[in-house]
Amino acid sequence: MKATLMENKNFRPLELKKKLRLGETMIQTLLFLAGFLSIFITLAIVYELGKEAWLFFGDPDVTFAKFFGTTEWSPGIGKFGIWPLVTSTLTTSFIAICVSLPLGLAAALFLSEYASPKARSTLKPILEILAGIPTVVYGYFALLFMTPLLQRIFGEGVQVYNMASAGIVMGIMILPLISSMSEDALSAVPRALREGAYAMGATKFETSIQVVLPAALSGIGAALIIGISRAVGETMIVAVAAGAGPNFTFNPFQAAETMTGHIARISGGDLSYNTIDYTSLFAIALMLFLVTLVLNLISQGIINRFRQRYE
Amino acid sequence: MNPNHDHFPEGESFRQSLGRRYRTASIWQGLFFSAFLIAILSLGALLYNIIDGAFGYVAFDYKNDPSEFTSKPLDDLNKQELLDILKTNLSSGAYKKLDNEKTMEKRSRSVLYTLVLERLIQIDTKETWSMTDSILRSAEIKVEAAEKYPEAKLEFRSWLTPVFLTTPMSSKAEFAGVRTAILGSLWMVGIAILFAMPIGTGAAIYLHEYANKNFINRVIQTNINNLAGVPSIVYGMLGLAIFVRTFEPFTSGSMFGVTDTNGRTILSAGLTMGTLVLPLIIINAQEAIKAVPDSLRQAAFGVGATRWQTIWHHVLPNALPGILTGSILAVSRAIGETAPLIVVGASTFISIDPDGPFSKFTALPIQIYQWTTRAQSEFHAIAASAIIVLLALLLSLNATAVLLRNRVQRKY
Repeated sequence: MKATLMENKNFRPLELKKKLRLGETMIQTLLFLAGFLSIFITLAIVYELGKEAWLFFGDPDVTFAKFFGTTEWSPGIGKFGIWPLVTSTLTTSFIAICVSLPLGLAAALFLSEYASPKARSTLKPILEILAGIPTVVYGYFALLFMTPLLQRIFGEGVQVYNMASAGIVMGIMILPLISSMSEDALSAVPRALREGAYAMGATKFETSIQVVLPAALSGIGAALIIGISRAVGETMIVAVAAGAGPNFTFNPFQAAETMTGHIARISGGDLSYNTIDYTSLFAIALMLFLVTLVLNLISQGIINRFRQRYE
Repeated sequence: MNPNHDHFPEGESFRQSLGRRYRTASIWQGLFFSAFLIAILSLGALLYNIIDGAFGYVAFDYKNDPSEFTSKPLDDLNKQELLDILKTNLSSGAYKKLDNEKTMEKRSRSVLYTLVLERLIQIDTKETWSMTDSILRSAEIKVEAAEKYPEAKLEFRSWLTPVFLTTPMSSKAEFAGVRTAILGSLWMVGIAILFAMPIGTGAAIYLHEYANKNFINRVIQTNINNLAGVPSIVYGMLGLAIFVRTFEPFTSGSMFGVTDTNGRTILSAGLTMGTLVLPLIIINAQEAIKAVPDSLRQAAFGVGATRWQTIWHHVLPNALPGILTGSILAVSRAIGETAPLIVVGASTFISIDPDGPFSKFTALPIQIYQWTTRAQSEFHAIAASAIIVLLALLLSLNATAVLLRNRVQRKY
């Protein structure tokens, strides 16, 4: 008996319509949730910090005028002037950038314009090692190496805990970040620009400084901003070496506690919930989060625009 | 005279200006390179400073003379004799407490030896010297120590010893170790990676294999990049508010019948750290998945595999080494992070091994922080030793990551 294809009971014409597969959909949903969790984390940060900060600013003792108008910070006894924490954060970050920007930029220029591939492969790991050292180790280095060194150079005026040593060591910590981001920006500059400069008779140095560097300036700006954001948020170096106790000063050789250092010190003890100390920490953390978020967003915006220009 | 002379010098003046330009160039090249010299010097100074602190002369005194307890020299005593000394000289309450922590007979000789020194003879460190000083000014130090502390003994000591790795925390620097801290770090990192690796890999798969370029997915991508830049202490605050406080019944273990702790447990710390490294893992996993050639996917689709079958059987196995490399880097980041642990509430003094996710804990960087901020120099010495342990741990992790990465690079 010869059965045609159509008479076969098992035959079904091929269906090209997309089938609904339950397992596949479930997996896709789970994966989407995993991706969405990152959004949830951001929302949780904003909500939790915002909630406690709201409680802090809702306290009848805390007024806007006190917060921004006075220069003493000690929430436990009703002093709510945020400035001492801000000035020391600014001082340490400024010192860190003064150290890391020139060094990082010089290192990036050397790597991208001068170094042979072989030199690059030996020099880059040094920066990577610096980037991989935990910040608490930098804290040890700042307190037990940089501070005695500064004391030997500048004499008695340098306190045991001081912002200068914390800032300098923070600069060394940020150096690899700035140099690797700047190097990316420099290498993204099209070859044609360099060739053009060489054809006009420029030396390598003139090409790097007058042609490549200006072309990469926005990328270097992005690196600088990320560097600032990292310096503002850095905790352990300042917690170990910059000093304990808010101090309204710009003098780098004095001890002063930064915003991050203050959070670390106060939360290190057994902090009880629903106290003004507890909520004030969240207010500081919220400020930190917003500042670094804005800096990161600006930096990313610059990088995206820069990338489009050359692609 | 040629009006363009300044711009296009010729002849002798051209050669002179060229020479000047080359000199400027080489000076600046030297300056650029010196940035590396400074980096190398800093790295060298950092490592040297740590090693310098971990070894060196130490002047110490016995509060009680060993001859009060035994007639033989202390080093010659065997385990039983040490045990007897402890039994007869410790108060019965103190002995029972030690026995309850761990049966005395089961402890090793070196542990008992340390106990005799710690509890009975009681070492009192007068002063410590750095390694360089100890080597270069050995004679001066000996004179100085003899003058200042006539009673004390001077000994060249390595603060980093095998015993340092295996003894728990102690309030005396001479007897402190990093055992509890290392165990705490391992527990914490284990929980963090168990939490973050599946979720991070899942998120990366979604973003690279499923997501089309709509608004939500762009927001997710931007958000992940931003999360990677949030200061770690902010994650600590998040962990304090959510894991320690809001989820207290879960993280303290009271939901499961554990009663003696609050929310400041290993579990809270691990989850906080997992949240912190999540963006890092996602970004690295995305890179690894991106590196899998599209031809593999198209071949799988071509023979009728569904999207998930393609991912599970072809994309993931090929991206796995890259994902693992990223996770190892995330682990090394988590091991070195200190600030979030302080906020989440790592205990500063704890001498009992952590026995589960609901126990109180300390971690290696926390110990380093604690010891560094103490005023006495012997604590700086053990901080330096703990740093060496931490760096060795990180070095081996990173070496593994580099090896894995090289294997992957060879493949395609």
